[in-house]
Amino acid sequence: MKWFWYASPQTFFPLAGRIAQICGVFPGIFALAGLYVGFFLAPSDAQQGEVYRIIFIHVPAAWMSMFIYVVMAFWSAVGFAMQTRLSAMMARALAPTGALFTFIALWTGSLWGKPTWGTWWVWDARLTSELILLFLYFGFMALQASIDERRRADRAGALLAIVGVVNIPIIYFAVQWWNTLHQGASVSFTRAPSMAATMFTGMILMALAFRMYSIAVALVRVRCIIRAREG
Amino acid sequence: MSHSFFLWGAYGVTFVCLALEIAFLLKRKHETKT
Repeated sequence: MKWFWYASPQTFFPLAGRIAQICGVFPGIFALAGLYVGFFLAPSDAQQGEVYRIIFIHVPAAWMSMFIYVVMAFWSAVGFAMQTRLSAMMARALAPTGALFTFIALWTGSLWGKPTWGTWWVWDARLTSELILLFLYFGFMALQASIDERRRADRAGALLAIVGVVNIPIIYFAVQWWNTLHQGASVSFTRAPSMAATMFTGMILMALAFRMYSIAVALVRVRCIIRAREG
Repeated sequence: MSHSFFLWGAYGVTFVCLALEIAFLLKRKHETKT
């Protein structure tokens, strides 16, 4: 594969269209499968009853909010270091979807928190650092929109994205580093998930749906940006 | 408030958010084409 060939926005444009078309097929399939497993196969939780089923969107949305930010910071760093036009466009295309998943994670978390913790919100480390992530996304988009000159806007946004990436390990490890109301990780790379297999399957299917959705949406958006900037 | 309020509040808002993003994106796609 000619990687550097596709670093040009013009040559990446048709490739992005093809990948977006392919990825655009899967979110619906994965989401239907995930919701079927989550609502019809997964058992009720012994303590939380039915409300725990928020997990099937809350956890995948929280994963995507962090993952998209890391990818956005990666493209920002590449653009900042190598002055490549496409990298800045990719970072710009990812930000709205990242912000959306961060909002969904916060919203669903709040709706889960009220019946289980007895409160909509607490200023604990996990929730606060996730809120800071939302502000980072907003800041990135607002900063780029406020600067007229494209190159300067890209560089300023890139700098914010790179500095802000320090917040990602803080979100992830917040439940270990501090005493938080938010529960610890149920899924880890180092040990088996602490939940029923059907619950875990439903969550992974929804995570795949969100992943495919994000790729498709970001690539359609980057095509709009390429068309707007380069005609 | 019953648990269904929290459950469907979460799923409903998520669906609306994703649908809105797709709608805005399609509008933008249409605008950049013309």
